[in-house]
Parts: sequence; C-alpha cells; structure tokens
Amino acid sequence: MLCERTLEASLRLAKAQGAVLMPAYLTVVPKELSLDAPMGVECESALALLELIDQRATRAGVEVDSRIERGRSARHALERLLQAETFDSVMLPARTSSSDGFAPGDVAWALDSAPGEVLVLRPDPGPTPDRRR
Amino acid sequence: MLRSGRGRYKIFLGMAAGVGKTYRMLQEGQAERRAGREVVLAYLEPHGRAETEAQADGLERLARRTVEYRDTQLEEMDLPAIFRRAPELALIDELAHTNAPGVEHPKRYEDIEDVLEAGIDVYSTVNVQHLESLNDRVAELTGVRVRETFPDTVLAAADEVVLVDLTPEALIERLRAGKVYPAERVEVSLQNFFKVENLATLRELALRQVAEEVESKRIVKQEEPLGTRERVIEAAPQAVAEHVLALITPRPNSQRLVRRAWRSAQRLGADLDLLYVQSPGREPAGEEREQLGAMARLASVLGARLLIEEGDDVARTAAAVAADRGATYVLIGQPPQRRGFARLGESLPERLMRLLPGVDVRIVADRGQRQDRAASP
Repeated sequence: MLCERTLEASLRLAKAQGAVLMPAYLTVVPKELSLDAPMGVECESALALLELIDQRATRAGVEVDSRIERGRSARHALERLLQAETFDSVMLPARTSSSDGFAPGDVAWALDSAPGEVLVLRPDPGPTPDRRR
Repeated sequence: MLRSGRGRYKIFLGMAAGVGKTYRMLQEGQAERRAGREVVLAYLEPHGRAETEAQADGLERLARRTVEYRDTQLEEMDLPAIFRRAPELALIDELAHTNAPGVEHPKRYEDIEDVLEAGIDVYSTVNVQHLESLNDRVAELTGVRVRETFPDTVLAAADEVVLVDLTPEALIERLRAGKVYPAERVEVSLQNFFKVENLATLRELALRQVAEEVESKRIVKQEEPLGTRERVIEAAPQAVAEHVLALITPRPNSQRLVRRAWRSAQRLGADLDLLYVQSPGREPAGEEREQLGAMARLASVLGARLLIEEGDDVARTAAAVAADRGATYVLIGQPPQRRGFARLGESLPERLMRLLPGVDVRIVADRGQRQDRAASP
C-alpha cells in the first residue's frame, strides 16, 4: 500500500536532489509457486500503481524508473531489490496499527543492511482538514 | 488385406459430452460410405441416445469382444477384428478410453495408432478435458478431475481436428431435454459438471486448443525453406491467435511502453514478447546492462518473453522477429525527432507497416513530451 505522504515525500526529495525515483512494488510469492513465477493478478495492481506514480512524477518533473520485485516476504523482496539495484537512498514507509508498511523488524533490518542512506517515513495519519487548509 | 502407408486420422473434438461429436463422426462416416468407401463402425458408445443410434443405421458394425476382469465381463473394441476386416475407414468412438487389462494396449488411442499404421483411415472422438496438458487446469477451473487422459501429441499428430461446437446454453437445453443423459442423471449433472461457467471454460479451452493446432501447423509449414528472410516476412500468413510484440530500449522510459503492451496483451488474451535490437558485436555495458537486467526481471514477473536480437537495421530485424513469432500487434515508443537528411526517409513506424502488412503498429506516446506540449502556450 502506498500512502500519499510517502509518495509526496519521495517526489520532493528526488526533485530536490535531481535524482531518479525508483518506485518499487514488492510482491510476495506463495511458497507453492516458484520464486520466478509470473504474477499476473498482482501485476494488474502493480502496473496501475506504477502508472499513477509515473503520472505524478511527470507532473512534478521527476524522472522515474520503476520496478516490481518478488520475494517470499516483503523483506525478502526488498533484499533482492537492494542487491540488484544501485541507489543512494532508500525510503521505507513504516507500518502502524492503521496502515501498511514495513514492520519494525524489517525497518531495523534495512537500517542495518542497506548499503546507503535509509529514510523511514511515518505513515499518513489520515485526513486532517484544518492542517491542510 | 492391409494397405501400404499410414492411414489418415481425423479427430472430432468437443467441450463436453452431448455436443454431438459422435453424431458428427457418424454423419461423416455415412457420407464416406455413400461415396463408395468401405466404412466400418469399429466401436460406438451411443450412451443410449436415440439420435446417435439412428445415425449409425446402415453402417457395418464390428462386434465387441468380451474381456473378463475380476469376475466381471467387460466389452471392448475388437482390434484384431479390425485388422481382419481391413476397411478403408474405421470409426472408433472415445479415443481416451482406458481398456480392460489383458487386451493389446492399455489405452484406446494406442489401438488407433496400430489401425493407422495398418493403412486404415480413422475417425475418432474426444472431449478437450481429456488432454493431458489441460488436466490440472480443467480440475482447477471446474473442480472435476478427469482420470482418462491422452497425450497432446495424439492431437498434434492428427491430420485433421474438427471442433464440434455448441454454446453452453444450447448444451444445457439438450441435457434438460434428455438428449444427453437419462432423466435420472439430468439434475445431478446440472448441479455438478454441466454448469454454464464450467461449460464456457471448457468451450474456451476447446476453441483455443484447435486454434493452437492450426497455428502450430501453420508455423511448421512456414519453416520450409523459402529463400531469403525478407521473403519469409512477405510470405508469413496472418496468425489466428493474437500476439503482441513491444520494441524496447534499455532505458527507463521503456517501462511505460511495457506496461501499455502488457495491458493490451491482457485484454487480447495474447502472449507478449519484448524485443531489444542491439548493434552487432556490441555487448551491453554499464547502465544499459543494468536496465536490460531490470527489463528481464520485469518480463519474468509479467510472464512475457524478453528477446535480444542483433541487427543493424531495427525495422528489418523487428519485422523478421514479428513474422517469426506470429505477432499481430507491434508496439513501439515514440521515435526520436529526425533531423537533417534523415527526415527525407521513412520513419520506423512507416517501415514496420510496410514490412509487416496486416500487422497493427501502435505508437505509445512519451508522457514527458505530452507534458511539455500541454505546458507550452
């Protein structure tokens, strides 16, 4: 799940640094399937989301280079992604009781293992009309 | 008397019992008999259907033989009797049938192979769910696992496969009218296997199977030497199944093209190939290699195939691949603006359309350029 705040923050940072944004859709492959099995149904959502990000990034003047990565868990998919790609910073939305994201254990793992800057984003707490006015 | 040369094999394929495969086989057998050929009905499974029995009238029938198995008398096709009679054409119902132990072969399609080898033509029948390669899929889709299967090679080796088609609604109508099973089995059948959704799925599988058979035979014929590759392109006939080919470059903006191509392929129920044409002898390096690696992973997760071909001429190489793969759609990114003398020649889309007559060529616009245009006064 992608929250608005994560996307906004990622675009803002990429724009400020003149960096290419690599949105990554991490998909969990069930154990009964091979890790390199095609994921048609998942890809429907993944491509729609990546297309949306592409549109927003284009409007913001940020270049994107998206990925879909498979793994046995979100952490495993992230691990595979970090191994395959070169990057300067990785931004992770953290999980809370009201939103999806990386579990504290996964965040701690990334802080420990990712070969680069790690930014942990607090998820969007929900609509707060007064603040946004 | 046994004839020289292998007999011709014609299979009547249907989506389920009751579509009229046996009836159609008998009709064609009758037509052959009237045309003066020696036709015998070597094995018929009429399932008590009066219409089927009536259609068999006048055809010479071979008696079944009785096989004893575990104190039970089973009736089977009499293979030696076919050889003794040696007709020109044998009609043999239900090729996927499993024989009783003790006869020549475990499966009836193996009996048929012997008959064909003896130079006798064979007409036979089968339902699509008996195909070995579809067994798991049929079980998954309909919840019914078929025990009697036959190898796909049998269908592929047939000289002719005739699809006996009926809409699911029409078949259910026939079932309700008692034309498929006896009255006491109708309700149970309707609640289990004979549901519209099951039949629609099986019908689709049968239609696809026959289309793929035609396609594979078309491709085999195409592999015959035709001279230069250019002539192969010109000679390539239109494929029945849809097939999408997307021309990519190892750059991030190709991702949008791949997304568009995948969606098109999904809508068409088509296979998707991604093609990168690279200069001869130039190995990708650095960022280009990384991008190709990313594209290979994307192709894998999408179930698409990434093809990397060497060629000086992108249009000609792409056209050759499109023809080889039976592409019906070619998607390309927005070509870069041509400058100088290059503006006088044909563009990539124009060349592709000329080299691939009948193949749709679609250009996927570059989003960045659209933004620029929208922003300009």
